[in-house]
Amino acid sequence: MSTEMETLVNREYKHGWVTDIEQDTLAPGLTEETVRFISAKKEEPQWLLDWRLKAYRRWLEMDEPTWPNVHYPKIDYQALAYYSSPKTMKPLGSLDEVDPKLLETYEKLGIPLSEQKLLAGVAVDAIFDSVSVGTTFKAALAKEGVIFCSFGEAVKEHPELVQKYLGSVVPASDNYFAALNSAVFSDGSFVYIPKGVRCPMELSTYFRINAANTGQFERTLIIAEEGAYVSYLEGCTAPKRDENQLHAAVVELIAMDDATIKYSTVQNWYAGDENGVGGIYNFVTKRGRAGNRAKISWTQVETGSAITWKYPSVILQGDDSIGEFYSVAVANGMQQADTGTKMIHIGRNTKSTIVSKGISAGRGQNSYRGQVKILPKAHGARNYTQCDSMLIGNACGAHTFPYIDVQNSSSDVEHEASTSKIGEDQMFYCRARGLNTEHAISLIVNGFCKEVFRELPMEFALEAQKLLGISLEGSVG
Amino acid sequence: MPLLQITDLHASADEKEILKGISLTVNAGEVHAIMGPNGSGKSTLAQVLAGHPAYDVTSGTATLEGEDLLDMEAEERAWAGVFLAFQYPVEIPGVTNAYFLRMAFNEIRKARGLDELDPMDFLDILEEKLRVVQWGPEIMERAVNFGFSGGEKKRNEILQMAVLEPKLAILDETDSGLDIDALRIVSDGVNALRRPDRAIILVTHYQRLLDFIVPDFVHVLAGGKIVKSGGKELALELEAKGYEWLTGVAEGAAV
Repeated sequence: MSTEMETLVNREYKHGWVTDIEQDTLAPGLTEETVRFISAKKEEPQWLLDWRLKAYRRWLEMDEPTWPNVHYPKIDYQALAYYSSPKTMKPLGSLDEVDPKLLETYEKLGIPLSEQKLLAGVAVDAIFDSVSVGTTFKAALAKEGVIFCSFGEAVKEHPELVQKYLGSVVPASDNYFAALNSAVFSDGSFVYIPKGVRCPMELSTYFRINAANTGQFERTLIIAEEGAYVSYLEGCTAPKRDENQLHAAVVELIAMDDATIKYSTVQNWYAGDENGVGGIYNFVTKRGRAGNRAKISWTQVETGSAITWKYPSVILQGDDSIGEFYSVAVANGMQQADTGTKMIHIGRNTKSTIVSKGISAGRGQNSYRGQVKILPKAHGARNYTQCDSMLIGNACGAHTFPYIDVQNSSSDVEHEASTSKIGEDQMFYCRARGLNTEHAISLIVNGFCKEVFRELPMEFALEAQKLLGISLEGSVG
Repeated sequence: MPLLQITDLHASADEKEILKGISLTVNAGEVHAIMGPNGSGKSTLAQVLAGHPAYDVTSGTATLEGEDLLDMEAEERAWAGVFLAFQYPVEIPGVTNAYFLRMAFNEIRKARGLDELDPMDFLDILEEKLRVVQWGPEIMERAVNFGFSGGEKKRNEILQMAVLEPKLAILDETDSGLDIDALRIVSDGVNALRRPDRAIILVTHYQRLLDFIVPDFVHVLAGGKIVKSGGKELALELEAKGYEWLTGVAEGAAV
């Protein structure tokens, strides 16, 4: 590969600044006391503290997974801080009371929190380190019976819903990072869509990690009652720091009969520098459960993080339920991504679609890991998997780990895979037509990702295209 | 001033010399055919002129209207008016023909200090150009060359040429792999694009193409050198006698 292309894959991370704000950060270390502190700080009921403590004790007995195709030095969990919030933060304050520095932070990120300035039709919950800064359009949503608030607020205002569904899709003991999250999760978003309601606007959460040496452990719970519909988006950024930061989130989706949940992620955590110093460890568990004729659709564009370990999955429990996973994952520089999905077919005539586009550049390593499991009673189940890898340069890698387990004879599973390389010929063809190298790479990569981008809501599709442009070519800085 | 002036051009790939001293003068309005056996360096010459990075020019010069062509990047040559119709057009999945062509069109306009055209205005131009290759608009919504037949790919190259309006068009084996109907459509297209201010270089192995697109000059390339030049009748002579007649001359000349 020409040196020209190697220079072009150098990235410029534009969200790498730090908000200078006084923060209350708990001293590093993780003990039962840490868990009690967080729970007390959030004024939680006893049942939730007990739930956390149980998760903590379970976590102590577990081992960090070694099966993902990623390599990093052992994490010292005692060196991390588990809670950090801006000092000026008042619990459950209205947006008018939010520290102007925080509002500025989100403004700078392109997420203005004042409702007048917001994109029409998108409500935002902004999470800054361990706490929710504010949620917009709450009143308008409440008219439809839609609850959209921070997780902490939901625990206080709707404890019966939280208690009923928390851990119902991702049990605390599910895996190492889910157990850790269950013990120390700080905030996150909560969504409840009542029966038969189509949520009138896109809901979105914007996660920002600011504090140094702090883990972010958020928890998102989305419940769509019978026949309800919601489209939810999340975006994430973090400052450039030389230390690695841990982000271990859990997202649970519950789609009752005939409900639809569409969940889109544009993940742009700091990826570390070209030598692999710094960057976010993104170890996330996301899973949804679909009732009869329900549909859960995951779309993710993963451009950031030093290491990504993430498998948004669907348990297709109800008959005729549908699960979808559309993914673009980029591993550039020294990034490592091990991402994919699990589709567990339990009900009859369940259907799943997996479209995964992995892009590797620089010295990045990109792995697709996907499981399609069809249980004995899932008669007539169907899966279609398409898994494409694109390589830019000679020093990167693409890996595919499909696991297919079919336990009945009336099901149909299709798997297609391809690997392509942006070669000199493809580049030369574009350049001979007058496109410069940057435009050519951007054109080829965006074409490659088209099937995923068209699943994103319009504004976010444009954002994702731009982001991909910055990740791969950037204005070489 | 000639449109294209090549003087004693030497070029190599992976340290192996392929072009061993090519000199050629092409004036606006002329059609030159470059013929030769496989491995003679025909396609290399086409790629070198268009700026393919895999080749190193080791000595010699090439100028377009007096400007040093070899000093330009591939895209700069496109902006300056060079167009290469590829022997093997490349597929770009997920990018529509319409989008690709408009982007190329606008990049070239931008480089020349002209305003970019919006999709609607571009569509008007496109409609007219599609007629050159006898195509309907549906082809524009397909991904660039993706799943195209060999003939469709070659037609698409001529469509691009029609839209981008180059000063110098180099057609690299545009006839290879075409059946007679496709050959006729492609040739009619090229003939429609002959203009007094445009030169065309046809790189071809077979005389057949020259029945459809009649050149002003024919050059025979062998062993990386032009071994014989003449008028269109030279092509017929080659057809009758075969390349050995001239490659023999080439070997003799090299001693």
